[in-house]
Amino acid sequence: MQIYLPIAEISVNMYTLLGLGGIVGLLSGLFGVGGGFLITPLLFFIGIPPAVAVATGANQVVASSVSAVLAQLKRKAVDIPMGLVLLVGGILGSAGGIWVFNLLTQLGQIDLAVQLCYVVFLGSIGLLMLQEAVRTMRRQRKGTGARKKRNQHTWAHNLPFKFKFRASGLYISVIPPLIVGVVVGILAAIMGVGGGFIMVPAMIYLLNMPTKVVIGTSLFQILFVSAFTTFMHAITNQTVDVMLALLLIVGGVVGAQIGSRLGARLKAEQLRILLALLVILVAAKLGADLIIRPHDLYSIAAGSH
Amino acid sequence: MMRALARRLRLALMLALLPIVAPAQQAAQPNAPKPPPEQIVAGLSRDNIGITTSFDGSQILIYGAIKREAPEPENDKLAVIVTLEGPLVPITIRRKSRELGIWVNTASVGVASAPSYYAVATSGPLQEILSPRLDVQQRISIPLAMRAFSSSVRVADTKPFTEAMIRIRERQGLYKLETGGVRLVDNTLFRADFELPANLIEGAYKTRIFLLRDGQLVDRYQSAIEVRKVGLERWLYALAHEHAALYGLLALALAVVAGWAAAAVFRFVR
Repeated sequence: MQIYLPIAEISVNMYTLLGLGGIVGLLSGLFGVGGGFLITPLLFFIGIPPAVAVATGANQVVASSVSAVLAQLKRKAVDIPMGLVLLVGGILGSAGGIWVFNLLTQLGQIDLAVQLCYVVFLGSIGLLMLQEAVRTMRRQRKGTGARKKRNQHTWAHNLPFKFKFRASGLYISVIPPLIVGVVVGILAAIMGVGGGFIMVPAMIYLLNMPTKVVIGTSLFQILFVSAFTTFMHAITNQTVDVMLALLLIVGGVVGAQIGSRLGARLKAEQLRILLALLVILVAAKLGADLIIRPHDLYSIAAGSH
Repeated sequence: MMRALARRLRLALMLALLPIVAPAQQAAQPNAPKPPPEQIVAGLSRDNIGITTSFDGSQILIYGAIKREAPEPENDKLAVIVTLEGPLVPITIRRKSRELGIWVNTASVGVASAPSYYAVATSGPLQEILSPRLDVQQRISIPLAMRAFSSSVRVADTKPFTEAMIRIRERQGLYKLETGGVRLVDNTLFRADFELPANLIEGAYKTRIFLLRDGQLVDRYQSAIEVRKVGLERWLYALAHEHAALYGLLALALAVVAGWAAAAVFRFVR
């Protein structure tokens, strides 16, 4: 059944969108990721204009993270002060990112910028994850439990504006989390992603936060930054398509439930290797598109400069 | 189904009656300026198209008859061209080239106005029935449909860009030339069918009919079909553009409610 999307101004098969949302939901339930990094490229692929795909992707992230945040809050797994610092950075970054997004759209380089961001970030994160997962698996096989030392003294401890983050058990400057927030906010606006895939490793390795609050705190930041990004895209570009978002959300929610049940049956390390491979695959596909000569060197964009 | 049938029946009736009714009408106004020897009397199967949620393209039938004062000239070949043109919009055509191993948009040409949709149906091969001069004058063939370049053109040769635009839009089914798309019966009745794609934009779609003899214009008819979003589509589009903040909040509220409700439903089921 075809459905006409009022903002994207194209007609798309409804089941394609539900299926797309479902697959992304399945993966996000399976791996515990937001899935924004998959949904935006897939929307490009079915012909949704990039600006609409990115803005609507952010709206979909709001829906997929809201129930998770509520659950994490109930479990007291959110470091709210840390989340707020990350959020302030995130909002600054998102506002800047939207400005960059609009500038690049005018210059005709937005597709390239988005693709490059995906290739660089997904590619490197994917490789790191794969390396980490393989190393952990080997270590488990050997049976030696050499764990990473926490509370190392790094350069971050010499910065001013120190603050006590109780839930994380940290006494550090607010500057590093603020910078992490800004970077994630910029990526959220340009790539239409939540940014969990970059924030979680940054929180663990750069900020030395304990794993038990990492997921909840990052989801807390993602929820509000995505909401802000959606709102900004809606008022500056009018590119949020609620019809598209609703179909993706419905598909995504069902997929996520199936995914999380499936995930409970698999081993954590196997899951991480699978996720790493998936991330690398998406990055490789986008990278190949940049290198292989396109079918038609010419393209048409709306608007004239 | 019934409505479509009724419409078709009415059309057939009209076409059948046209040659009889037409002279009577003409006789009623003897002082009118001298009309061309042959005139187009035309109709559209519909004068507006509503884009609804389930919209996936539309069909338009443009039909008519040729009204004559005198007997038909013997030797000259009669031809009919029907064009359907979507709203004019500005576009940018970009070209990629390889920079540092990756393909990047490096050159662009802005077009101030190009039709978002343009279809030409003819009763015969265009080069045989239409003189180049008349083509330029009336902007009939596809390459002439594009209006003007933007003020700042920074490439030496714009031709590959405009050719690329036509090529891409033809591939998308937005521009098309249908030779033989106009069916001419007894040199009197004609009809042309157009398939409109699903990715239509809103606005007035201009319909033109040209009656030609020996490549020269005999008569010309013009009308318009209004394409508009209706119902929910209209409401959402208007809200997004006129009350952007409200629309943004609505989008967020929908996402929050849908995300929360879905999780609650699944918890309940479990």
